[in-house]
Amino acid sequence: MAKRKKLNTTQQKYQQIVKKTNPKPNLVFNCLLAFISGGLVCIVGQLLIDFYAWAMKLPPEKASNPAVATLILMGALLTGLGYFDKLAHYAGAGLAVPVTGFANSMVSSALEFKREGYIMGIGSKMFMLAGSVITYGVVTAFFVGLFRAVLK
Amino acid sequence: MTKKLGKQSFYFANPPVIISTGTVVGPFEANSPFKDDFDFIFDDNLAGQESFEKAERTLLLNACYTALNKINTPPENIEYFLAGDLLNQIISAGFSALKLEIPFLGIYGACSTAVEGLILASVMIDGGFCNLAMAATSSHNSSAERQYRYPTEYGNQRKPFSQWTVTGAGAAVVSVTGMGPVITHATVGKVTDLACKDPLNLGAAMAPAAADTIIRHFADTGRNPTDYDLILTGDLGKVGQELAIQWTAESGGFDLSMNYQDCGELIYDKVDERVHAGGSGCACAAIVAYGNIYRRLRAGELKKVLLVATGAMHSPTSFQQGENIPCIAHAISIEAR
Repeated sequence: MAKRKKLNTTQQKYQQIVKKTNPKPNLVFNCLLAFISGGLVCIVGQLLIDFYAWAMKLPPEKASNPAVATLILMGALLTGLGYFDKLAHYAGAGLAVPVTGFANSMVSSALEFKREGYIMGIGSKMFMLAGSVITYGVVTAFFVGLFRAVLK
Repeated sequence: MTKKLGKQSFYFANPPVIISTGTVVGPFEANSPFKDDFDFIFDDNLAGQESFEKAERTLLLNACYTALNKINTPPENIEYFLAGDLLNQIISAGFSALKLEIPFLGIYGACSTAVEGLILASVMIDGGFCNLAMAATSSHNSSAERQYRYPTEYGNQRKPFSQWTVTGAGAAVVSVTGMGPVITHATVGKVTDLACKDPLNLGAAMAPAAADTIIRHFADTGRNPTDYDLILTGDLGKVGQELAIQWTAESGGFDLSMNYQDCGELIYDKVDERVHAGGSGCACAAIVAYGNIYRRLRAGELKKVLLVATGAMHSPTSFQQGENIPCIAHAISIEAR
């Protein structure tokens, strides 16, 4: 990122007017919708965990794996069928933060760049949005693991 | 004899005539209050093509052929084709020029391309370099989104100041003689940077460029806002329009609140909440100006219109490298005759 340049007086004056004029997102309403929709995703997840624990006779920690996979599948299907972006318009972070958001970012990129072919398109562009989540997820996991190993 | 006025403007000794226009839009624009002024509405976002880029090209070609058909002129009678769009390396314009087989000058002014094309076509005609030229531009919501922002199916929550890129294309045939409104004056804008950084709030970034060009136009030509029936900016949207009024008053002392409107603010139904602050994109100014405004000029409902198209000269790369969004605006005075 470039260094923050100093603004001249005209720029400062204009930025003040912009700040005053810009409409503010309705944070309370958006948070409420995100809370409800995110909570609904979690309820579905919990039901899935209970279901797999019961159906596959798994302990609950193990049952969360197929549950996560099912949620990813649901997110991917909703993206492919064209509903996810419409739901996310209202749900916002409620759909973006759970694993459904991750599925959406991968599938939407893959769909979008299919026309550029399987190698340069889907293959390399699929991780366009999810790539940094994976990279920093792995890096963080490495350091947390290292930290734990040293402390032991 | 010079035709230059002041610092950035000029007038045309023999004002070029806009003898025909063509406007084509996508399915989303079918809900526009101006839908009756569009020549053709595609009911398929892909316009029967396999990619959004090809769809945009189809819209652009269709707008050109529509404008030509209205005056029964084959493409080979047009001497120069000036076009540009938002896609990298202006592929919509370039590939359309391949089909049209008209000598082609590719231009880029982001969303100000519509007016940039009209200015250059008028200069060529009044300069005596040709008798018939066509200026055209296009944008497509999905091809612009994937280049500038996110994949189309990506679920992100749009901000109240976000604008919706118009899917459409507009073409205008400019001639040395004929029936139709004439282009009398032009003001070429400077690129301005008032430290806006948010590529989702382009209205705010472009408003000072519009204000700068409008103020310069009045200073150069000695005209006033009240000399015009309508001052129309390209795609500032609701937020940008408000800012343009404030900034024109603040930095130039002109009051625009009487007769000033914005194509981006007008083009969509206000109740559709997906569009938020309004429309944007090259086609936004083009389809409103070449559709509704052109018809009203021809009918004599409007006598004098100042069309100011604004463009943001950034790219995803410049934004990611932390740079501000520089913007431009060009103005032309279109008058009924």
